[in-house]
Amino acid sequence: MKAFLILEDGHVFTGKSVGCTDEIVSEIVFNTSMTGYLEVLTDPSYAGQAVCMTYPLIGNYGICFDDMEANKPWQSGFITREVAKLPSNFRNQESLEKFLIANRITGIEGVDTRAITKILREKGTMRGMITTNENYDLDTVLAELKEYEIGDVVRLTTCKDIEHYNGAGFKVAVIDLGAKKNIIRELTNRGCEVTVYPSYTKAETILADNPDGIMLTNGPGDPKINVEVIEEVKKLFATKVPIFAICLGHQLLALANGADTEKMKYGHRGANHPVKDLKTGKVYISTQNHGYMVKEATIDRDIAEVSFVNVNDKTVEGVHYLGKNVQTVQFHPEACAGPLDTNYLFDEFMNMMEVSK
Amino acid sequence: MPKNPNIKKVIVIGSGPIVIGQAAEFDYAGTQACRALKEEGIYVILINSNPATIMTDKNIADQVYIEPLTPEIVKKVITQEKPDSILPTLGGQAALNIAMELEESGFLRQHNVRLIGTSAKTIKKAEDRDEFKKTMEKIGEPIAPSKVVTNIEDGLEFVKTIGYPAVLRPAYTLGGSGGGIAENEEKFKEILENGLRLSRVGQVLVERCIAGWKEIEYEVMRDANGTGICVCNMENLDPVGVHTGDSIVVAPSQTLADKEYQMLRSSALNIISELNITGGCNVQFALNPASFEYCVIEVNPRVSRSSALASKATGYPIAKVSAKIALGYHLDEIKNAITGKTYASFEPALDYCVVKIPRLPFDKFIKASRKLTTQMKATGEVMSICTNFEGALMKALRSLEQHVNSLIYEDLNERSSEEIHEELHRVDDRRIFVVAEAIRRGITLEEIQDITKIDLWFLDKIANIVKMEKRLGSEPMTKELMQEAKRLEFPDEVIAQITGRNVQEIHDVRFAYDIHPAYKMVDTCAAEFEASTPYYYSCYDGDCEVDATRTKKKVMVLGSGPIRIGQGIEFDYCSVHSTWALSESGYETIIVNNNPETVSTDFDIADKLYFEPLTAEDVEAIVNLEKPDGAVVQFGGQTAIKLTEDLLKMGVPIFGTSAENVDAAEDRELFDEILEECCIPRPAGKTVFTCEEALTAANELGYPVLVRPSYVLGGQGMQIAISDEDIVEFMEIINRTVQEHPILVDKYLMGKEVEVDAVCDGEDILIPGIMEHVERAGIHSGDSISVYPARSISDKIKRVLEDYTRKLATSLHVIGLINIQFIVYQDEVYVIEVNPRSSRTVPYISKVTGIPIVDLASKVIIGEKIRNLGYKPGLQPESEYFAVKMPVFSFEKLRGAEISLGPEMKSTGECLGIAKDFNEALYKAFLGNGVDLPKHKKMVLTVKDSDKLDAVEIGRRFAALGYEIYSTRSTCRVLNEKGVPAKPINKVERESPNLLDLILSHEIDLVIDTPAQGIERSKDGFIIRRHAIETGVTVLTSLDTANALLTSLEKADKEHLTLVDICTL
Repeated sequence: MKAFLILEDGHVFTGKSVGCTDEIVSEIVFNTSMTGYLEVLTDPSYAGQAVCMTYPLIGNYGICFDDMEANKPWQSGFITREVAKLPSNFRNQESLEKFLIANRITGIEGVDTRAITKILREKGTMRGMITTNENYDLDTVLAELKEYEIGDVVRLTTCKDIEHYNGAGFKVAVIDLGAKKNIIRELTNRGCEVTVYPSYTKAETILADNPDGIMLTNGPGDPKINVEVIEEVKKLFATKVPIFAICLGHQLLALANGADTEKMKYGHRGANHPVKDLKTGKVYISTQNHGYMVKEATIDRDIAEVSFVNVNDKTVEGVHYLGKNVQTVQFHPEACAGPLDTNYLFDEFMNMMEVSK
Repeated sequence: MPKNPNIKKVIVIGSGPIVIGQAAEFDYAGTQACRALKEEGIYVILINSNPATIMTDKNIADQVYIEPLTPEIVKKVITQEKPDSILPTLGGQAALNIAMELEESGFLRQHNVRLIGTSAKTIKKAEDRDEFKKTMEKIGEPIAPSKVVTNIEDGLEFVKTIGYPAVLRPAYTLGGSGGGIAENEEKFKEILENGLRLSRVGQVLVERCIAGWKEIEYEVMRDANGTGICVCNMENLDPVGVHTGDSIVVAPSQTLADKEYQMLRSSALNIISELNITGGCNVQFALNPASFEYCVIEVNPRVSRSSALASKATGYPIAKVSAKIALGYHLDEIKNAITGKTYASFEPALDYCVVKIPRLPFDKFIKASRKLTTQMKATGEVMSICTNFEGALMKALRSLEQHVNSLIYEDLNERSSEEIHEELHRVDDRRIFVVAEAIRRGITLEEIQDITKIDLWFLDKIANIVKMEKRLGSEPMTKELMQEAKRLEFPDEVIAQITGRNVQEIHDVRFAYDIHPAYKMVDTCAAEFEASTPYYYSCYDGDCEVDATRTKKKVMVLGSGPIRIGQGIEFDYCSVHSTWALSESGYETIIVNNNPETVSTDFDIADKLYFEPLTAEDVEAIVNLEKPDGAVVQFGGQTAIKLTEDLLKMGVPIFGTSAENVDAAEDRELFDEILEECCIPRPAGKTVFTCEEALTAANELGYPVLVRPSYVLGGQGMQIAISDEDIVEFMEIINRTVQEHPILVDKYLMGKEVEVDAVCDGEDILIPGIMEHVERAGIHSGDSISVYPARSISDKIKRVLEDYTRKLATSLHVIGLINIQFIVYQDEVYVIEVNPRSSRTVPYISKVTGIPIVDLASKVIIGEKIRNLGYKPGLQPESEYFAVKMPVFSFEKLRGAEISLGPEMKSTGECLGIAKDFNEALYKAFLGNGVDLPKHKKMVLTVKDSDKLDAVEIGRRFAALGYEIYSTRSTCRVLNEKGVPAKPINKVERESPNLLDLILSHEIDLVIDTPAQGIERSKDGFIIRRHAIETGVTVLTSLDTANALLTSLEKADKEHLTLVDICTL
């Protein structure tokens, strides 16, 4: 069946439908990872977005449920050049196509993903529609696209109830802003006793459990709309409990400390982003997935210093809060998909908790 | 950290002659590195014995020594030039070994030369099997259970613990030379014995066989600050068991999930971090296809063939960045030249699929074993880029230029399904075709996987190609079907073949459907950042990104495709120089080529690079887009010449000699007319098609005769026939492939062969010099030792040669380069071959005369005159230096290959000896070729009857040098009769001790064995020669060569070799 990707600027790409055929409207972004399509599909930070994979051959090794970063995929749509019909890998459990159907993810294949990426790069992230309706009316569609807002996707993706993972080590409170499972795994692998709280949990509730450390996770959407969460983050920050924050968590901590965030032209999404540790000068390759960033000039130098920068565009990739046991990073040390280079930051988090105990 | 200010003068070691396992990739890497160093203001001294390379050009380094790559010569250069640093990681294993030797002996320390690029300790840890194993164990990186052994007994002891099959890898050898998989004790002993001898340190690693696992490679970089990145990973379609150089390789990996990809990436970075590598490094893994189990196969702490491939596959210039790291830079201080915005400290993201296929030399060595093992056999490779795997595979197949443009291999049609099933077990260069045929026969993918261990994903893609063949054969042609077939890169020719229509029809239908390829950019970042580097590939499923706007006149330079015997690196040299010269003359230059190992496919050589197959259809698409003002074909070897007619049909003017005149040189009758007009004699000859005609012709001319097809390179299929039986045999071989052109039968004259390269501007000619071959006619010019200036011909003959060259060049209306081969026989000059194009000797003669003839020819073809380019026409004054070009062979890598020389070319590379004294030049040339005699002063001399008298003199002279001579009965008798001391030795089939025992005793320096003419029927000689070669003994099959070697041994002053800086010529 034919499928169409219609972009806000009027570009239309014709391909084939793959997966679910429901019509979807969402923000369209691109991701340059060459492996890890399942991790990308199931990363809650993509809620409200359809991802265009720049690597042309997707689904080669099928689906292995263990590799999912959430219980279900959060993307609205999936845009690819070619989906493998016969996946091959010893852990393969089902084909990508079946997975998309089972999870009602609308997909399109057979489109020039490089051309789409170039449009997004030049004009910035935009809204789009994937439809199988051949009789669409472009003007109506474009008007509909203009109306689309991602909205409060943190509320949508966060866990509904407190979750608990036993462990003999540090007690870590994870504020789930749309967390990837591997963040939890990294903590439990280090023996931590982990409690995962829904994003809207009051600081008092969390602190009442006496955590040794607090983990603010990744998550989707515009950080600024999380007004209530930011208020709670302020309270958490005011304590002496060590905090480690990733991605959206990093942005919320910045906002809580008076800094500002802004939407990037087309964001960073991929597994090849170089970040430089300003202390050592060493560069690490990181996984990234963000469309917003902390504005460097708005960081109060009396409160915080930039710890990591992106080598390509010099944007803020990490902040260290002066005199505090608080470390935040824009990139994803939990990887999945992507390089494990910055995994050591979880060890540093353990040290932070050790020191402040 | 910025660059180290103490590094000012660097000596770079090249890789020497092209041999199997060490080829053009090191010219690419070396050239890029030297340019990177010069860009940083470093004074660069280069030493490399290979004159055919671009890196040994005046403009690449400040001082260039084309000298033998031995530790002694490198020491001499260091003592003389006093560099402060030495960079050994860009010249392959050869360079690394020399640097290690100088470091270990303390020489570098004594002369205050620091090793940059990577430390001796690192090299040792990575290269020494024992140290490597210890290091891997220390950091918990798994390697296959293995043991380093230094003798047979320990080997046998260890293999009992791991069982057969077992893998053997000798330490410090190139291309895995001498290694192999042993199935049983007998084989094990054989490989081990050989490996122990070939290893520089007498070590062989015996390990558990992991054949059938996935073979995965990572190209990683690291700087002194500890930043490590992965440039590219690659997956071999052929599982472990086939040398990666002989495997079909795809980039990036296709069947690895992120978990496996990252596991191996982390391991690679972990390893280079522990080894403390600064620069590029290659890590090879075997990955169990049924689990996360993996082991590290090998680490190469230097740039390699794989890194050249990775550079071309990603656009990331590994050699350049390695050179900058060697100077002290950190990765985040080096700009990414492609985007200009980002830095070298990132990992390229690919948005296409890359396929590499090796070019194997079995068309040249029809008797050699085609079996692919851990011993590399390929001479070159092609790469292709597409948006899908099927398309990339199809493009790569036709880039090979092996008469096969798809997965349809005619020979397999007639086999029964049982035979095909059986064939699947055979691991050779035809396996991919057998797999396709098996799918056609309905053998299931699972069964094929079971036998071949090729991953199901690849098999499914091959099945897609087979499905398309079926659809094309059964469905009516529609736009959709055509579009899909083109998306999978089915060439028009193959669609025509399957649908039973002619190519033009398919071409017209396709144009009527408006189906054309689009060109996408290789930009290192999957379009994330804007890039302006014009490096393109085609696909049929997207928008075209090329800006074909014309700002100045455009010229298209057609490259020479994969490196093969007969068409080597010299044509890349010519293509690159021509591109530079045309660019200098104000043209926009466009290169089309498909060889990832070469300089021409570096993205900053031409204004635009199209990484594409060199077929008429692929070129036409580029022509239609770019609309060049002309094309240059005379520098790209036969590959480019073959496209002449098609280019004219497309309306593209050929710059230089016109197509009709190229034809005139190849067309026997036209050529004879021209010779008659010019009153130039040639050996009598006839053109034939059938065997009967050939027999009649041969008998009329009288034996011996030369038989060969027209329009071939490197004398392919050329043979000397001495009897009717030979004619029948040769004609059968030649006619195995359909001949579009007649076969030539010529009278064979055994005279002195001389060769001339000349530039002609339509009025004047310029001959840089006359080259003379040491071996008499009958041995291919590419396999002969060539001497400039010619020594043994009179001035009168030289004038005749100049006159004939002028007459031929003007009669053929040559504009640009012409190469002519003559025979001087009884004081008469005969023309044997004229090639109105660049030749193998062009780089060599340019360098030793200091006359840049490719640049001159390039300017001439766009209308300039020799006189206006600052040169006086005619034969140029002779140089005061003698330059000897010595062919280099790779016989030891090709099991079962016949090594005796003849009219068909067999050498893979060449080296140079240059000196004011002829004997010294000759000695240096032999030395550069690894002939460093005497050692044990024992030799074998056994010759055919017609050579027996000549052998006496040779025997006498070797005896005078103190050699103990062993000969088979008849040769021995003749020698003894003439008073030459020689000991008789039994022939191979006789009882021990016989010749074989003698050779295997490792005390023989040299075997001189001249085989009977024609195809030799005696197995004895063949066995002797093979054993000698495989035991590392020098073998000469021509007495002329033996004479030259003797002369050099007798007269050269070995203790006082001089050095010549090419830049001063």
